[in-house]
Amino acid sequence: MTPAIRIRGLHKSYGAHRAVDGLDLDVASGEVFALLGPNGAGKTTTVEILEGFRDRDTGEVVVLGTDPHHAPRSWRDRIGIVLQSSGGLDLLTPREALRSTARCYREPRDLDEVIAVTGLAEKADARIAGLSGGQRRRLDVALGIVGRPELLFLDEPTTGFDPQARRDFWSLIRDLAGDGTTILLTTHYLDEAEHLADRVGVIAAGRLLALDTPAALGGRQSQEATVSWEEDGVRRSVRTAEPTAEVARVAARFPGEVPELTVTRPSLEDTYLSLIAPHEHTATTEVPA
Amino acid sequence: MNTLALGLDRTKIELTMYSREKEAVFFSFLFPILLLTLFSVIFSSQFEGAGGGMTAARFFLPGMVAAGVLLTSFQTMALSVASERDDGSLKRLRATPMPPAAYFLGKVGLVAVTSVVQLAVLLLVARFAFDVELPSSADRWALLAGVFTLGLFGGTVLGIAYSSLSSARSIGAVVIGPQLVLQFISGVYIAFGDVPSWLQHVAAIFPLKWIAQGMRAVFLPDALAQAEMAGSWEQGRTLLVLAAWAAVGLVLCVTTFRWFKRGTV
Repeated sequence: MTPAIRIRGLHKSYGAHRAVDGLDLDVASGEVFALLGPNGAGKTTTVEILEGFRDRDTGEVVVLGTDPHHAPRSWRDRIGIVLQSSGGLDLLTPREALRSTARCYREPRDLDEVIAVTGLAEKADARIAGLSGGQRRRLDVALGIVGRPELLFLDEPTTGFDPQARRDFWSLIRDLAGDGTTILLTTHYLDEAEHLADRVGVIAAGRLLALDTPAALGGRQSQEATVSWEEDGVRRSVRTAEPTAEVARVAARFPGEVPELTVTRPSLEDTYLSLIAPHEHTATTEVPA
Repeated sequence: MNTLALGLDRTKIELTMYSREKEAVFFSFLFPILLLTLFSVIFSSQFEGAGGGMTAARFFLPGMVAAGVLLTSFQTMALSVASERDDGSLKRLRATPMPPAAYFLGKVGLVAVTSVVQLAVLLLVARFAFDVELPSSADRWALLAGVFTLGLFGGTVLGIAYSSLSSARSIGAVVIGPQLVLQFISGVYIAFGDVPSWLQHVAAIFPLKWIAQGMRAVFLPDALAQAEMAGSWEQGRTLLVLAAWAAVGLVLCVTTFRWFKRGTV
């Protein structure tokens, strides 16, 4: 199957600053792909090139079979974009904003259905100015999906959410993915990528550092585990490639439960931080224009 | 949906948003109506015995109609497009398959509806509250239509172009300051004959002077034409200057329009 997104040798510089420096990436049709990276890593530049908002210096970019920079308007019929932040709708109600956006698309989703799946039913006819941050963000997603996109771009969708709002949002995104929508997500939250993404790409300084499933990223499945417990009032830890044997050994020394026993492997966050650590000094500049 | 239908839909959305924004309604829609009422009351004694059917309301009506054209087109466009660019509304629209022309049609629709209703209210107030005699000849109504339409179109495209000059944070000052100066030197608040000659020449560069002059030619008795710079109404030249400004505005609007905030894309 042709990938939904194909990137080969993508370069984009702002003056002397190389925002994207030779990126190769494929996102399969129907996949949920998370792009991770520190601020200034080139995430937003890459996504804006894919969205057709920004031109590239060199490289090949194909999104749904089309070069986004020369894409006709009919191409926009097939993609949905949830921007990092958007305003200017305060004076309308969610239903009014959705209705007017839906009119631009050839085969829009049913408005009530979109309102229901984004959890906006109670607020559908209230002014958008009065919506909470989470409701406002769900409206952004509603506006992004009302055109029934094949490919949805989500740029840091849950920044500023409380934990419950984030869980609700994740289940909405999983439902969309379940319907076959390809989703490209950028996020700062590792747990978000872990929950939602089929694959994760880590970029820093405009290059792809690692690309794998969240569970296997950076080889963390095969890394040593840490077995910890409490003995004589002291916390003990052992790093081992055979945690099961270690636990058995420790267990033999105690008559019953081993106090405070844990077995951990590096979290996605640990792996991510060790991946980007060498690039942190170069990744501090925000994207200029 | 085709562009025209989407443009009509944009007009409805624009009107909905406009009508819910109290500041916009007050400072662009009601302001000239309020000022006409105020000036007509305050200056009524100065026009007693002026003869020729001249009253304060009749004297100020052309200026207020001209100010209304400026406010509903130029001011509304400059302020709203600048804030839509800054808050990401334009980027969001750009992300949809909406044809750009639909957005501009929506703006034109907004200006057309608000300005025509405003003109109607101004004329009704003048006629029925202050007993102003409205033009009786078809020529004058045709001139009103011509000056009004060209003035609005020019104001709309110039306002959209002007919105690119500044960010939403400071566009208010950048629009309202120069606009206020223009209103004072173009014969809106002060009789144009009382403006020093050199300032009259400065005012004559800008379209507001010509809109105001055109409106005087519509609403004032012919006897007052001699008070104009040229000693006549100059109807033809007025239309020509306004058409030229509309053309310049259209070119500026098309060549300078940006969907994205400066420094983002």
